[in-house]
Amino acid sequence: MTRPAPGWADHPAALALAGRHRPRAWEPIPWILALAFYFVFPKHLGFGTEVLVTILFAISLDLVLGYAGIVTLGQAAFFGAGAYTVGMLAKHGIWNEPITGLILAALVAAAVGFGSGLVLLRTQGLTLLMLTLCTMALLEEAANLAHDYTGGFDGLDSLPIAPLFGRFEFNPLYPKTQYLYVLAVLFLCFVFVRTLVYSPFGQSLTGIRENMLRMHAVGAPVRRRLVLCYTLSAAIAGAAGGIWAQANAYVNLGTLGLDRAATVLIILVLGGYGRLYGAFIGAIAYMALSHFLSKVYPTAWQLGLGFLLVVIALFARNGILGIAEAAMRRFQSVRAPS
Amino acid sequence: MIFGVDVASMLLGGVAAGMVLFIVSVGLSVTMGLMGFVNLAHGGFAMLGGYAIALAMRHWGIGFVAALVFGFVVTAAVSAVLERLLYARLYGASELDQVLFTIGLVFMTIASVTLVIGPENQPLALPRILQGQVNLGFTHYRTYSIVLIVIGIVIVGGLWLAFERTRMGAQIRAAVDNRRMAESLGINIARLFTLTFAFGSGMAALGGGLGAEFLGLDPQYALKYLVYFLIVVAVGGLGRVTGVFYAALLIGVLDFVLKKYMPQGGTAFIYGLTILLLLWRPQGLFGAKSA
Repeated sequence: MTRPAPGWADHPAALALAGRHRPRAWEPIPWILALAFYFVFPKHLGFGTEVLVTILFAISLDLVLGYAGIVTLGQAAFFGAGAYTVGMLAKHGIWNEPITGLILAALVAAAVGFGSGLVLLRTQGLTLLMLTLCTMALLEEAANLAHDYTGGFDGLDSLPIAPLFGRFEFNPLYPKTQYLYVLAVLFLCFVFVRTLVYSPFGQSLTGIRENMLRMHAVGAPVRRRLVLCYTLSAAIAGAAGGIWAQANAYVNLGTLGLDRAATVLIILVLGGYGRLYGAFIGAIAYMALSHFLSKVYPTAWQLGLGFLLVVIALFARNGILGIAEAAMRRFQSVRAPS
Repeated sequence: MIFGVDVASMLLGGVAAGMVLFIVSVGLSVTMGLMGFVNLAHGGFAMLGGYAIALAMRHWGIGFVAALVFGFVVTAAVSAVLERLLYARLYGASELDQVLFTIGLVFMTIASVTLVIGPENQPLALPRILQGQVNLGFTHYRTYSIVLIVIGIVIVGGLWLAFERTRMGAQIRAAVDNRRMAESLGINIARLFTLTFAFGSGMAALGGGLGAEFLGLDPQYALKYLVYFLIVVAVGGLGRVTGVFYAALLIGVLDFVLKKYMPQGGTAFIYGLTILLLLWRPQGLFGAKSA
């Protein structure tokens, strides 16, 4: 084996690779803004909570889609599994403590993800797409059929969720507790995902996305990695669903539907997938736009959304963050020669 | 005897529905098989065709058959333009981009139809000859269902002949099996694909018009039945006319029977069956191994 040249560790490429995972100076900004929102807009905390939950859900999708490259249309299956876990446990008076309830929701969703991932991830392409779609549709039908437990089409409402730490009430009309609770859970999950994608495990996921054949050839346990990634992503999506059910005190079939799965996909792509913060940008942009437009001009909103998707797919494959990065690079390359 | 008649009439209803499914889905199967393009907007073309047919009949007072031809031509032309201008840019792109692009197209179709024509269901009045019942010897049955079955058989026969016996059919089969090899033999894939794409969309338009009687015709059509069309294609195998035909009949009959005996869990049963089947044979029931 040849020895690397002395001083190799000081090479810019080596430094860049070794420092990839370190927090950047700007990374606290989103969290400070989220906290500031709590104090500045106390009247809009319901909307803020919805945005935070959406970010969490989009991050779960980013893990499978952006990093492992699994194109799924059925991510809402796990969101719904988590939401119904919380909903059914609370409604039937079995368990209503929020934090343990949330962990249970994540575990149930992870179990669904593990079970389906184990069989689905043997396939690729259109077949995989169809299988994720059918799995979600199957769960939706099951929830519709078992209306004695799930409330069927009407869902379950006025869930009796216990106060957080036994002290802080969840008030659906004035969701102060919910906002901070969701923010804390989002932060924990984000730190986990961030650590994961920069770990060797995360690197191997990127390798699988870029060239699955080569990863097989170098001896990486491709399927095991994919199933593990799918399971973790399902757990996070389940937590997002569970926390959504706790914050709103209801669940319905919409948590399992194609609408929700397609929306989160759009959000992630709008922000830019495979880059962690795309979920934040996409969720905020989409939710703000839909908040103001979709109620006033629902049809024009759908038309504009469709147009946006077509444009993104054709011209801006990396979303808003991708455009911003390209602009930054151009700006720097203009300045560099001087 | 009564039971036998029941079974027969149920089968006829299911087969008629299956024929419509086949007419809509066959284009999707061939385009997916040829280019590997995940076209989720196919249901939108069926809807567009259905609208063109229903509106032409109502406003211009033209006959059902003339309206069907009109719907076919309009939809084929629109889809050919879209294919050249937009679809062609995404052939090498990732599945995700194709999915996003076609979902975007579906949204735009739904929204523009709602804006221009309105959100309500468009009734499609069948000509008087096709209404009513026909005597089949052992039972009376709805004329229109029998007509649908006959049309379906004629179309599948025609497509089979075109696929197996014409030069262009041979080129399509060659391109589905091995596109690179077909290209190196001098087959103009781009032209071939535009033609098949336009023809497939035209067929979808026919299906949209023929099936409007029991599938309805409202702006949500493009998404509502998409999963069914995709299931038919996935089960039948990509780029196989006969495979799609059998799959469509199977799904049509199953759906019809299950709606009667298990009105609650019928759809769930079909989804479950599709999952099992695709796990057993990822390339579909009738697809080639390497697809």
